[in-house]
Amino acid sequence: MPRKRIINLRSFWWQIAIPVILLILPFIAPSFYVYILALIFVTALLAMSLNLALGYAGIFQFHHAVFYGVGAYTVALMLTKTSLPVWIGFIAGPIVAAALGLVIGWLCVRLTRLYFGMLQIALGSLVWAIVFKWYDFTGGDNGIYGIPLPSILSSLNGTYYFVLIILLICLIVLYLIVNSPFGSTLQAIRDNPGRCAAIGVNVRRHQLICSVIAAFFAGVAGVLFVVLERSVFPDLLFWTFSLELCIMCLLGGWFTFLGPVLGAAIIVVLRTFVGRYTEYWTLILGVTLMLLIFFLPQGVMGYFQERFKPRVKASAEGTQA
Amino acid sequence: MMLQVEAVDKEFDGFKAVNGANLTVERGELVAVIGPNGAGKTTLFNLITGQLKPDKGRIIFKGGDIAGLPPYQICKRGIGRSFQVVNLFPRLTVLENVRVSILSQQGRSINLFSPARNLATDKTTNILKSVGLLDNAEATAGALSHGDQKVLEIAMALGSEPELLILDEPTAGMSPEETLATMELIKKLASTRGLTILFCEHDMQVVFSIAQKIMVMYQGRTLIQGKPDEVRSNKEVQGAYLGGSE
Repeated sequence: MPRKRIINLRSFWWQIAIPVILLILPFIAPSFYVYILALIFVTALLAMSLNLALGYAGIFQFHHAVFYGVGAYTVALMLTKTSLPVWIGFIAGPIVAAALGLVIGWLCVRLTRLYFGMLQIALGSLVWAIVFKWYDFTGGDNGIYGIPLPSILSSLNGTYYFVLIILLICLIVLYLIVNSPFGSTLQAIRDNPGRCAAIGVNVRRHQLICSVIAAFFAGVAGVLFVVLERSVFPDLLFWTFSLELCIMCLLGGWFTFLGPVLGAAIIVVLRTFVGRYTEYWTLILGVTLMLLIFFLPQGVMGYFQERFKPRVKASAEGTQA
Repeated sequence: MMLQVEAVDKEFDGFKAVNGANLTVERGELVAVIGPNGAGKTTLFNLITGQLKPDKGRIIFKGGDIAGLPPYQICKRGIGRSFQVVNLFPRLTVLENVRVSILSQQGRSINLFSPARNLATDKTTNILKSVGLLDNAEATAGALSHGDQKVLEIAMALGSEPELLILDEPTAGMSPEETLATMELIKKLASTRGLTILFCEHDMQVVFSIAQKIMVMYQGRTLIQGKPDEVRSNKEVQGAYLGGSE
């Protein structure tokens, strides 16, 4: 079960070192890096939520950014247009995103594979168009700026810890889900939907539930984005960003649990640091992707897992011989 | 009467793959369907288990018409099946392949938070032991030999605790020794688990040695269903199949 052993004993020290580094970082690193790291966390959660559908269930969730954007817009609108408590906005973001996931998913699960993805891009773009054009309500292409937040989240360090804690909670919940009976049924559907039906699994219902869960966590990421940036804009739910999310999953390794985190980190870092020198940073991304497809088809994390995993397969072949 | 197929038709773009097929299976029987290539055996099985919807006819299982139901509902009613072409979850381990099937049968596939690895362990182990795959439990299913994959097919079908087990050419592509072992396994499963088994098979010797009843298909229709002796002595069958090129 290589997928379940994310980090093996050899790298035991990393399991202590990484949390410690992440915890003390705001005290030692310049605030710009703290901000970039927080942005990576938000994007990582978003990419992981996509990978639940894409990598674990094999659902072509091609327009995942819509749920991110809708989650972000929901909390932004509630904080600027109503006087409800902040935490209600924080909860409403993921719930509205999941509700949209239910509507779009309910229509899409009727179709399979690529057609699912095409319909989702179409429906998602509809949502984008509404957000983009409805100036009175969403601010149109200006978006919404200066969203008021409680004072504890006003400093960058406060934001950083908030994002980190929410990310960790979500990671734990996602880990439980992928290792639950539901998670293994999703992986079975990914490998072979027809066979899954033959062993009594209602494939569409499982795919719909998965799509809604993925949308919910995308909504959480959307809320975190608002906490970090205090603004929302229509690009959050533009389809090219969805494509970028798919690339993060592939880049990091879509058959691994933490792969999308790595993929998100790579893309955010590339965009930030290469983007500083040239606006054509996607050129570097394109070359990276090409190399990846040829040399690491399982993604970066997939490659390392393949190299360091216990040799179960080999011994099994040995017993047959 | 456990399963009754009555005058079932299925047409693909003008080609009548199944054309008036009839079949009865009594509880506890071991029934074989034979026929030359393209006779419609696999199509008939796909009609029974819902992968295809019949154009005409009735399929009665335990008193209810199941024709046209989706596969997962037919499975829930008690029909499990294996496939002619290996059809499993290649990236999961052997153990996980069987466990998914058991968890689905137990109605736990939407359980979101308890670790799957602690569930249904005894039952999974039990099934793997009974088919002889326990040593390979942790191997990736896609890495098994072809023969073992075919056996895993049967193990997955057992996971859904079927009353009627349908096996589509369970020994296709196996060596003569593997074929023999698999047939012994099927006989053993039928007796120890009290299963009713419906299967189709190419190897005539195998069929006549273990089946209690044989249904012969030819060009989509049922020629005869009867005991092996009756089938062997039937003139029409001899003309269509036994005396033919195969």
